[in-house]
Formats: sequence, C-alpha cells, structure tokens
Amino acid sequence: MARPLINVPAKVKRGQVFEIKTLISHIMETGFRFTTTGGRIPRDIVTSFSCRYNGEEIFRADLYPAIAANPFIAFFTVATESGTLEFNWIGDNGFAETASAKITVE
Amino acid sequence: MKRFAPSSRWLARAVVAIAVFAMVGPAKSTDIPLDQRRSGYADLGSDTKAMQDDDTINPASLWVLDGEALWSQKAGAANRACADCHGDATASMKGVAAHYPAFSPARNGPIDLEQRINLCRTDHQQALPLAFESRDLLALTVYVGRQSRGMPIAQGKDERLAPYIEAGRKLFTQRIGQIDMSCAQCHDDNWGKHVASSLVPQGHPTGYPIYRLEWQSLGSLQRRLRNCMIGMRAEPYEYGAPENVAMELYLMWRARGLRVETPAVRP
Amino acid sequence: MSERKRGATRRAVLIGGLAGGLAATIKVVPARATPEQLHAAIRNVVGAAQVRKGRVELIVPPLVENGNAVSLVVAVDSPMTATDYVKSIHVFNEKNPQPNVIGVHLGPRAGKARISTRFRLADTQTVTAIAELSDGTFWSATADLIVTMAACVEGL
Repeated sequence: MARPLINVPAKVKRGQVFEIKTLISHIMETGFRFTTTGGRIPRDIVTSFSCRYNGEEIFRADLYPAIAANPFIAFFTVATESGTLEFNWIGDNGFAETASAKITVE
Repeated sequence: MKRFAPSSRWLARAVVAIAVFAMVGPAKSTDIPLDQRRSGYADLGSDTKAMQDDDTINPASLWVLDGEALWSQKAGAANRACADCHGDATASMKGVAAHYPAFSPARNGPIDLEQRINLCRTDHQQALPLAFESRDLLALTVYVGRQSRGMPIAQGKDERLAPYIEAGRKLFTQRIGQIDMSCAQCHDDNWGKHVASSLVPQGHPTGYPIYRLEWQSLGSLQRRLRNCMIGMRAEPYEYGAPENVAMELYLMWRARGLRVETPAVRP
Repeated sequence: MSERKRGATRRAVLIGGLAGGLAATIKVVPARATPEQLHAAIRNVVGAAQVRKGRVELIVPPLVENGNAVSLVVAVDSPMTATDYVKSIHVFNEKNPQPNVIGVHLGPRAGKARISTRFRLADTQTVTAIAELSDGTFWSATADLIVTMAACVEGL
C-alpha cells in the first residue's frame, strides 16, 4: 500500500552533483513508549537505508529510534551515467521495502 | 460600625454575584474581523513551512499517493472505481473540498468530505463505508482535498446550511468541560497569545486533513476537534456526530475566503 | 475481633486497589541516555582518535515546534574527491533514551557531503554531529535546541 516517495531530477548533466530525496511511510515506533497499563510498546523501526547507482552503493544510513516517523532522508550524488537508482529500506520485524528511479545523464 | 456592616455585606454580595456571573455566564466573544484572519501557516517556523510547501518532503504526500491509487481501484459489489464516475480527479475534484461541508439532500443536512466519500462508497460502489481515521479514508480525503489547494474556501452561499452554521457557532461559543472554556475564548479572543509555550492560533481548518507533528501522522479535522474537547476535559462527540459536522461547517464558514492548504503541516 | 478482621480486610482491599490503581495510571519515564552512554557511543565511532571542532555545519531550527519531528541538515566542508572526502557522518543526542540518531556512510561519489533528515528530541538538549574524513581525522559541531511541549494534552 504505502509506497516510498522518491524525488530525483529527470535529467542531469554529466558530472553534476544532484540531490535525491526519499520519504517512506513507517511508524518508527521507538520502543520507549508505554501503554497506560505500563506495558512497553515494542520497537519497530527502519534500521537501514541504502542507495545503489547502477549497482554500486553510493549511500548508506543506519537509522535509530530517534529518526522521526515516516523517515525522510535526502543526500547528494554525482551524475556519472544514465541508469537506475535502487533504494532499499530494512527494518524490524522483517520490514523490507525497495524502490527505484531512472536517471538520464546527458 | 453598625451602619457600615449591612452596606459592606451588600457590596460583598454584589461582588460575589458579579464574579459568579462572570464565571458561569455565556462566554461573550466577537468574531475576528475578516481582514485580521490568518492561517496557522503564518506562525510556523521556516522548516515546517518548507515541509508543507514542498510536496517532495511533505509526509502527507505518502497519503496523497495512496489516495491517487485508491481513486482508480474498483471497489464494492458494483465493482466501480471513483474514476469510473468522476474521471480524472485533478479536473473533476477541483474546488470540491473548498466548499465542504456541504448540504446533502440524501441526509437532509450537512455532511463533511469524509461522509461524502462514504456515501459514494455505500450508494454507488455498494461497498462498506471506510472507518473514520482509517488509512484509506484519509488517503482519499487528502487526495480530493489536494485538488482544491490554493483555492479560496467557499462557504456562506447555500441558504440551507444557515441554521447549521448557527448551530456550529453555538457549539463554538459555549463553555465546555472541566476547564469550562469555549473555543471562542481562546481562538477568537486570545489568538496570538501563548498558553504555556504554545502559540494560540485562530484555528482555521484551511489544510485538513493535516500532517500533525504531534500525531506523527495524517489526521482529520474531526480528530483535531475531538482532541481539543479532550484538552478542555470535555467528553468529545463521536466521529460522524452532527455536532462535529456542525462545528466543521462553522469553522469553514469562519475561514471563508482563506486559501485551502491541504495537505497542511502543523505542530 | 470481627471489627479488627474487617479492618484488616479493608486495608488489604485498599492496598490491592491502590496498587491496581497505580499500575493503571503510573507513567514509567524511560531512562534517558547518560553522559557515559553518549561518550561510549561517540567512542564507538571515533575510537581513541581526537575529535576537533570545525568543518561540520549542523543546521537545525532555533526553536523546535514539536519534538516529534525536527529538521536536521549536516553539511561537511570537503572537496569530495577520490583522495579527500567524507567517509561518514554520525549524529548523537544528549537526553533521548538512546544516544544515537543516525550514522551515514558516504564516499567520493556523493559529490557533496550534505544530508537532510527529520529526527526526534525528547527534551531540550545538545545535538552533536561528528564527521570522519578519508584522512582518518574526526571533526565535530554541536547545536543547542529548545524543545517545548504542546499546551493542550490530547490523549487520543
């Protein structure tokens, strides 16, 4: 259902440094919250995010409970050649989500 | 001494009577002059404003995307999608949210956008209504609302709604809860001032459903109103209750002319 | 005799009820990261190396509207060439239950050492960003943030 939202420019010039913006729907339950009867709500977060550019990893992040719900991560990369950007989110309870975006480098 | 005693007692009683009246009397407030009205957006920090303005970083975009997908999804015994009747939402839904709540002849009264979507589901798709605050209903509501972004809120033209706007005004100006205050006392009379460290906004629902940082999620105006009532230590009205719809209607009428910001981001 | 028994029973009921009532309403405050935990988390990344102030820019809002989502930008002054680049950026906090916020791994392909995210703050506190460069040096910056609570508690 809730798919990730990726934002990359459609076309970039070779050598240009461009920004990639990512958003994913996730509750990021910290594991430090309690119910009114004292029970601890178990942790449920995205723990790792990575991006591959034509198969080569260009960015990786380890996320902790302090990252806000619906994690937003933006970073930069150099436009080398046209191809595919692949995004990977891994988290607690077997959470695994992928997304991809095409990039045209002229 | 004896001569003063009765008069001082009378004075004491008069003071007490005035104090009591001030405590339990109707909350007197005046409407905010139309040209002094401002959306809560104006008081946001620059980062939060940026979060609202930029669709690529607005968390609500996740729900808008879901709504877009649901719009074309066939549902119910009729196996019909919203798109089958309404076509392209970016055209057909333009301006719709700007005039909700609207009068429903089927219900013989005002309904809000969530109820309108559910009416479509039950009457035209032969599907079960979506639960209030469910992800699907929020997604469809925000997707439809998004199509009115930038347009002025249009209320006050439909005569059939006049008695309901008045009912909403009564709810807005009556004292409620253990805290015994009315919406108007804060949001009409004391907007711009602070309660603890929170700025009191005028409370115009220009951007609902909103992504509220406090909720860490998207939520409806009814959710916000119920939470306001809980804040006053009053029993909130149930989702879908006519009182909630009347308040929504009054608030949208009170905000008439202000631009729709859906989906807004608020603290 | 019977009166004493009644009293004991009543006391037992009162204690039981009080305990039950406490269990329902008590709010256990989660432990916050101690300064030792924060230093241990930093040492985990930095080892024995010295951390110098500079080259790192921590951009956060001056006043936090809501601690649930605070904008965070970390930018490191670096040419990001194959021989001179930022290897990683780590962000730590002082008073959340846990000292880490995010750990980012970069390389020369990043082009610019600048990352943006949104994070949570449990209280007014200092946030620290540490960057590891390709030459093995560590650089840091800190920012003090003020976090306020919503005035009307919602409960739903």
